[in-house]
Amino acid sequence: MVPYIVRRLVVLVGMLFALSLITYILFYAVPTDPASLSCGVHCTPEAVAANRHRLGLDDPFYIQYWNWVKAIFLGRDFGTGYVAMHCDVPCFGFSWNRQMMVTDVITSVMPVTIYLAIGAFVVWMTVGIFTGILAARYKGSIFDRGVMAITLVGFSLPSFFIGLVILIFFVVRWQIVPYPNYVPPTEDFGKFFMCMLLPWITLAILYAAYYTRLTRSQMLDTMNEDYIRTARAKGLPEKVVIRKHAFRAGLTPIVTSAGLDFAGLLGGAIITEKIFGLTGLGSVAIKAVENLDLSILVAITLLGGVFVVVANLIVDILYAAIDPRVRVK
Amino acid sequence: MATLESLGNETIDDLGLEEQEVIVGRSLRQMAWLRIKRDWVARTCMFLLLLILVVALLAGPICAFFGVDPVTGHIELVQQDGSSLPIGPWGGASWAHPLGIEPGYGRDLMARLLAGSRTSLLIATVATTISISMGVVIGVFAGNLRGRADAIMSRFIDLMLAFPVLLLILAMSPILTERVTNFYAQFHWDNDTLNHWANVTMLILLLSVFSWPYLARIIRGQVLSLREREFVEAAISLGATNRSILFKELLPNLWGPIIVFTTLSFPGVIAAEAGLAYLGVSVQEPDSSWGKILTYSIGYFVQDPAYFFIPLGLLVVVVLSFNLLGDALRDALDPRANRS
Repeated sequence: MVPYIVRRLVVLVGMLFALSLITYILFYAVPTDPASLSCGVHCTPEAVAANRHRLGLDDPFYIQYWNWVKAIFLGRDFGTGYVAMHCDVPCFGFSWNRQMMVTDVITSVMPVTIYLAIGAFVVWMTVGIFTGILAARYKGSIFDRGVMAITLVGFSLPSFFIGLVILIFFVVRWQIVPYPNYVPPTEDFGKFFMCMLLPWITLAILYAAYYTRLTRSQMLDTMNEDYIRTARAKGLPEKVVIRKHAFRAGLTPIVTSAGLDFAGLLGGAIITEKIFGLTGLGSVAIKAVENLDLSILVAITLLGGVFVVVANLIVDILYAAIDPRVRVK
Repeated sequence: MATLESLGNETIDDLGLEEQEVIVGRSLRQMAWLRIKRDWVARTCMFLLLLILVVALLAGPICAFFGVDPVTGHIELVQQDGSSLPIGPWGGASWAHPLGIEPGYGRDLMARLLAGSRTSLLIATVATTISISMGVVIGVFAGNLRGRADAIMSRFIDLMLAFPVLLLILAMSPILTERVTNFYAQFHWDNDTLNHWANVTMLILLLSVFSWPYLARIIRGQVLSLREREFVEAAISLGATNRSILFKELLPNLWGPIIVFTTLSFPGVIAAEAGLAYLGVSVQEPDSSWGKILTYSIGYFVQDPAYFFIPLGLLVVVVLSFNLLGDALRDALDPRANRS
């Protein structure tokens, strides 16, 4: 087990390096001048040049990349004298649009995205797996057909549509829930809950449809296996057969998908955040795209990639723990 | 004296084999086709999709027949009280404008939907084709070469899958549009054509570049397991070249996953185009696409339901049909299913 994990960790480091390099190249190729964005209305060419030098933007590409990577681990100082700025570890640079360190921007909005992802994850996994198992258990019944039809339609609706319809009805029309106005849970949990409820449901609907179908097909696949027949033949109650034998075996692909989807959401649920006006990573990313705020874009892209790569590793290690055959490969 | 021939006939007659039903050996492809033909859901979906495709291809003649076009506004048909809603029920539907008109400028909804269909279907078709070709080529290479080349390619696929795709598409779109516009400038088109093709090309490139890794991973896995199968071993032992193994043994067995992936990827591209339009990445006015129309119409959800439900219905029918067809194809192509 340990050699397997070590091997995977080495690969992970390589992946992270490649990820950062590709991200940096992609955004380095953007033909804008961050320095000219940095000095506002009263701008002189000298001021731009000075800022460019201060941020190290006049260095060749590979030196910029090296400095950028180094800053993540060691921190960095921009400029000297009274214009000097210190950027703490992990340093992702400075955002001129916001006049803030990128790391501060990200850590200030990260909780919103994390709460959004966790809440939606809990809702969709419970609903999806439970409905999926029931649909598989009563295959061909009206319940099963109804669930399959609903999930298929839910699957086919454009992603932003569900959120907007929920917003229009529950907030604007019926006024059951106030318009989401984010409050940290530590401050007022009730308000926080009411604010996050609709975003959670919106995100969860999209994923629940998929997980219901996935769970159902997985269950049906394993229910045809010989050992399920054996379990039934030896007189186990159907509940135990489903819970202990069929569900366990069918769980692995669900774990894989769930880990990756959750990690993907941590990188920012762009559309849902935009619909409900939540200031999470997704909204910050959209703003950064509009303002061509490259340092933020690079950081968020990299962060999103890191979440997925790490989730991949965790899922694989879980796999190896469950199924010893994986380790040998 | 019984000749050999009559003896043979006698035996067969005795066994009564003539009366028995002849069991026909069918290939998986033939059986899949039979199953699809028997499946009314799959038939209906195929019919609907073909219908929409034909209608979209005939957009010009249809618009000419009704005397409408997607650009001309009809201010006289919308209310002048500031709301700019169409006058009359059902979104202002009339013989002149069968599906009603858009709020605002009062442009004909049917003509805009037809123009939008062309754009969206073109984007989805080309993007799917590109991503499938890339996925198959890279997947087959990775699975076929094995060893170090496979390891590198697999890591690359993992890397592509790790990127936050939507964010990258959003960030790349302005730059890519600029690059493509500069490239097309050499053809000296008029401004509208240039904008149209620049945006369409940008969407096609962005939607295809990030979607091939899924298929590549599936195909690689299939190739890896197929290479271990007896029929490939037999071909190798008969001295088959790598090339003939690839085209004669491997590719025919990959059609199943490729077809299923195509039918599932097409609606994915259409939905992605709609999502991007909501985020502001789409073709520019006065061009239209399904996503763009839907994004506008969602604001009139309450005041002008017809304007909202017609585009949504069309989009859902297309995506739903493709998803259902994909499911049916997957069932039909499942080799474990009952061969009848």
